[in-house]
Amino acid sequence: MRFVDEFRDADKAHALAAKIAGLCEPGRQYKLMEVCGGHTHTIYKHGLEDYLPESVTLVHGPGCPVCVIPMGRVDDAIHLASEPDVIMTSFGDMMRVPGSQGSFFDAKAEGTDIRMVYSPLDSLKIARQNPDKRVVFMAIGFETTTPSTAMTVLRAAAEGLTNFSIFCNHVTIIPAIKAILDSPDLRLDGFIGPGHVSTVIGCRPYEFIASQYGKPVVVAGFEPLDILQSIYMLMLQLSEGRSEVENQYTRVVPWDGNLAALKAINEVMELRPYFEWRGLGFISHSAMRMRPEYAAFDAELLFQVPGVRVADPKACQCGEVLKGVLKPWECKVFGTACTPETPIGTCMVSPEGACAAYYNYGRMNRHRVVEVSIS
Amino acid sequence: MCLGIPGQVLEFLADQPDLARVDVSGVRRVINVGLLADDPPEPGEWILIHVGFALSKIDESEAAAALEFLEGIGQAYADELAALQESRIE
Repeated sequence: MRFVDEFRDADKAHALAAKIAGLCEPGRQYKLMEVCGGHTHTIYKHGLEDYLPESVTLVHGPGCPVCVIPMGRVDDAIHLASEPDVIMTSFGDMMRVPGSQGSFFDAKAEGTDIRMVYSPLDSLKIARQNPDKRVVFMAIGFETTTPSTAMTVLRAAAEGLTNFSIFCNHVTIIPAIKAILDSPDLRLDGFIGPGHVSTVIGCRPYEFIASQYGKPVVVAGFEPLDILQSIYMLMLQLSEGRSEVENQYTRVVPWDGNLAALKAINEVMELRPYFEWRGLGFISHSAMRMRPEYAAFDAELLFQVPGVRVADPKACQCGEVLKGVLKPWECKVFGTACTPETPIGTCMVSPEGACAAYYNYGRMNRHRVVEVSIS
Repeated sequence: MCLGIPGQVLEFLADQPDLARVDVSGVRRVINVGLLADDPPEPGEWILIHVGFALSKIDESEAAAALEFLEGIGQAYADELAALQESRIE
């Protein structure tokens, strides 16, 4: 009963768990992917898998923006940061992500000027205060973060700042989901859709998953009951033979998303022809770059960027974890050579990474709590 | 950076209508509300904040539930609040 009382609505969770169990067809296995790393975090934190019947498996998806940055991009960023007069600015999450020659933290320790910021607007302020320096913002994130970068560039342009630029690594979630759907490695039955990404893009972009692939999608909130409710909604669709996009998180996610945010992104950025994702390889039209009209803010044009592709360390199986093929604890180096303090792979770096979430909540060996699985 | 955190709008900055002073778990900082220009929040209303930008308006009960959830996740929220504390958006 270890995980049962960890959140206040455990009774409601049990009721939902019973309804989910009641929808399982005997002999059928269900694999549901939670796309977003925030959901993965909640699932481990609250031991939600312990509430589910044996036949329902949660598969952890690629929705951790730190985890999908390939080593070569980290190397490029450190190279940029080492250029004369450059101040590199970055979210704290990025600081420990390993490149082939070390992380931002390592480079900072060696004297490179890399500063942590809360917001791209803080980076902009550093640029205003240091007119003799060239300030670069390491932009990472899915559609939740992309509008913030776009709005910051619009602000910089309006102010006429000439010493501020973006090293753009923004990725888009839909092509990654499509790559997973097209992958022969994994057969999924449905998707728990990301909450905050959907605040920006809305629910419509997922419709192809339901209509072309016949898989249900439920956009979910981040609390334990949100996720169990979403699993119930997915299971109900599966039991009724439906595949639709539903929104469990209506209290935050509008069906059409945030049009002002989408407009800002579209004004400043365009899709790249392709982008490398850690573990998933090159995916077409899966990331953003600056539009030519905003070339003055594009660090990739303002500086020489090596652009060398670096293979992941052989021991690291982040790729399989990001595709949901392996559970974190099935990776050979999990919890031994690779820990949050000394990560080999990106999934161990971010708190949203599946490996770090597993590690931090002591779920290194999976044992179901039999007495709560079905009631 | 991945967390959406709830904050209560206190006031708009007189000279910059895109910026509002917001209270997040007792930390008062300036947040950009330009992405809500189609339906701007009023002082007293709650917003969901992501890396210095308000992404959506939320109601008070959602804000309370989200805060309770964030406080429960521990270090990641503490880190986010610490980062926000360092923020000086202008």
